[in-house]
Amino acid sequence: MATTLSRPAARAASAAPARRPRRQSWLRRHVVQIFAAVALLYMFLPVAYVIAFSFNNPSDRYNSTWNSFTFSNWTDVCGPAGVCDSLKLSLEIGALATLGATVLGTLIAFALARRRFGGRATTNLLIFLPMATPEVVMGSSLLTLFVNLQVPLGFWTIVIAHITFDISFVVVTVKARLQGLDSRLEQAAMDLYANEWQTFRRITFPLVFPGILGAALLAFSLSFDDFIITNFNSGQTVTFPMFVWGASLRSIPPQVNVVGSIMFVASLGLALVGQVFYRRRRA
Amino acid sequence: MTPTAGAPAGDLRLVELTKDFGSAVAVDCLSLTIPAGSFFALLGPSGCGKTTTLRMVAGLEEPTSGRIYLGDDDVTDRKAYKRPVNTVFQNYALFPHLNVFDNIAFGLRRRGVKDVKAQVDRMLDVVELQGFGVRRPSQLSGGQQQRIALARALINTPQVLLLDEPLGALDLKLRRQMQLELKRIQTDVGLTFVHVTHDQEEAMTMADTIAVMNNGKIEQLGSPVDLYENPSTVFVANFLGQSNLVAAQIVGTQGADLLLDVQGRKLTMPAARNCATGDSVYVGVRPEKVRLVPAGASVDLPGHNVLDGVVIDASYTGVTTQYVVRMAWGQDLMVIAANVGNEVRLTAGANAHLVWDASDTFGLEATGDIAEGIETIDEAGS
Repeated sequence: MATTLSRPAARAASAAPARRPRRQSWLRRHVVQIFAAVALLYMFLPVAYVIAFSFNNPSDRYNSTWNSFTFSNWTDVCGPAGVCDSLKLSLEIGALATLGATVLGTLIAFALARRRFGGRATTNLLIFLPMATPEVVMGSSLLTLFVNLQVPLGFWTIVIAHITFDISFVVVTVKARLQGLDSRLEQAAMDLYANEWQTFRRITFPLVFPGILGAALLAFSLSFDDFIITNFNSGQTVTFPMFVWGASLRSIPPQVNVVGSIMFVASLGLALVGQVFYRRRRA
Repeated sequence: MTPTAGAPAGDLRLVELTKDFGSAVAVDCLSLTIPAGSFFALLGPSGCGKTTTLRMVAGLEEPTSGRIYLGDDDVTDRKAYKRPVNTVFQNYALFPHLNVFDNIAFGLRRRGVKDVKAQVDRMLDVVELQGFGVRRPSQLSGGQQQRIALARALINTPQVLLLDEPLGALDLKLRRQMQLELKRIQTDVGLTFVHVTHDQEEAMTMADTIAVMNNGKIEQLGSPVDLYENPSTVFVANFLGQSNLVAAQIVGTQGADLLLDVQGRKLTMPAARNCATGDSVYVGVRPEKVRLVPAGASVDLPGHNVLDGVVIDASYTGVTTQYVVRMAWGQDLMVIAANVGNEVRLTAGANAHLVWDASDTFGLEATGDIAEGIETIDEAGS
């Protein structure tokens, strides 16, 4: 029977099983997108919650049940005592720690990537240690150090502590960028009459700059966000994370959600600007 | 002192130049004079020290000992950016964050030239990439990048332009085209070009003078014709083209010729073409100088050498047919016959005579490996 099938019939017979996987394949074709959507939902649901509740007019002290919509949290960010003071302090510490860690870390990265010197391998290893050390250990060690040296705890001990752990991240980020940089570009610049300083200014620095910028942003966010190490070394000073933690024991003002939302939108904006800039340079 | 552009160039002289990296000697007491305005090639296999030599001239590598002179100036201790020398790098090393215009203008601007536009535009004309100034290097093809790298160096009218395997990254067709282009530009601008390459055909196509390098030393220096026709070492005979080399003994003289014994067969060679000092020599002939004659035909020509063998391989390549012929003592010799139309084509298994004019025979010092300089596939690919 099968051997006597006419050609169109045979084609139809062979087409039928081919059509079924096509019908199934919507799931198959979109499986990556579906998993991505689930993963993103998992990651961003808390953020969405934070943003939504920044518009809540809470009925209790903890801003955990939806009551009614209001803009007043956004118009009166500095209303509750301590929100803006601690925020300003955290921004200042973040800026100083970022500056210090970026400058020092970049210099270390250049030395490690470009110079041969005794103890280079050891330095390369040790620079990883602060990243691997538990924050509790690092925080308590720093506290012991400051107490022993009789350094009064406060703003500057926090800055020093933040620079300490930020440096490692800066070094690792900038070094990776430097190692990806073809040293023949610098040789070409020297060959084309650029002295050491001009070579650095015209070639090395512009090419490494995206790495330095990335390292600085990373350092800032680590500093702004840090609670454990800061808590050990802050004395009477209250940074924004410490304020939120302290407030959560009594009552969380919805303004905390506003600050969180602003931070999220700002970093999202930075990332977008970065992308657009990068694409335009490539195009 | 800043280098002055377009200054009358002097000869480039390397005097007993040596460079070791730890225990490895990259360049070994090399002395060389490269006349101003010439197209000079440093040819050799990878690791022979040619790139190190070039980098020392550029100032990117410090010699262990020896001096480098440009005209009467000793530039050995000058920084790279103070030498009137520019380099076209192997991978071009174009600055990825600058557009083509700024890449080409880089050298002029570092020397404080304010108005660079006219010169850059003229340079883009020379390399035939008008209108490419606003593009970024990543938007150009390999051949275009190569020409930008050339323009970026040439615009400074250096006394010496160094080219470090500049065509290595291009495909064969583009490479041929760029070889002619480079030669044309060199003739036009009249600068000294020093070209480093492992590609013997590239060196022969472009250079006036070639120095064949091996193990940090110069094996032989001369014009392409001179090097090919009169190789003076086993390495040169094998590295530059192909050679049939066989071990021989000098057994006597006959007028201006030497009488040779090769495994019991008698050959002759002009005494003037013998580079060896002793009686043991490697005697050689280029494969295209040899005629393959079917066994039985009369080969008793005066002034010719004859060896007998069995064809073990014949490959037809269009322009030529390449035969591998095994001698009675087991050595394989090569014959390249031009396919001109009336020749007898031999196949594997055929007995044949190898016949060549005795004056095409050359003699080399019989020290070292008879296969020295034959490029393995590995080396040719790198």
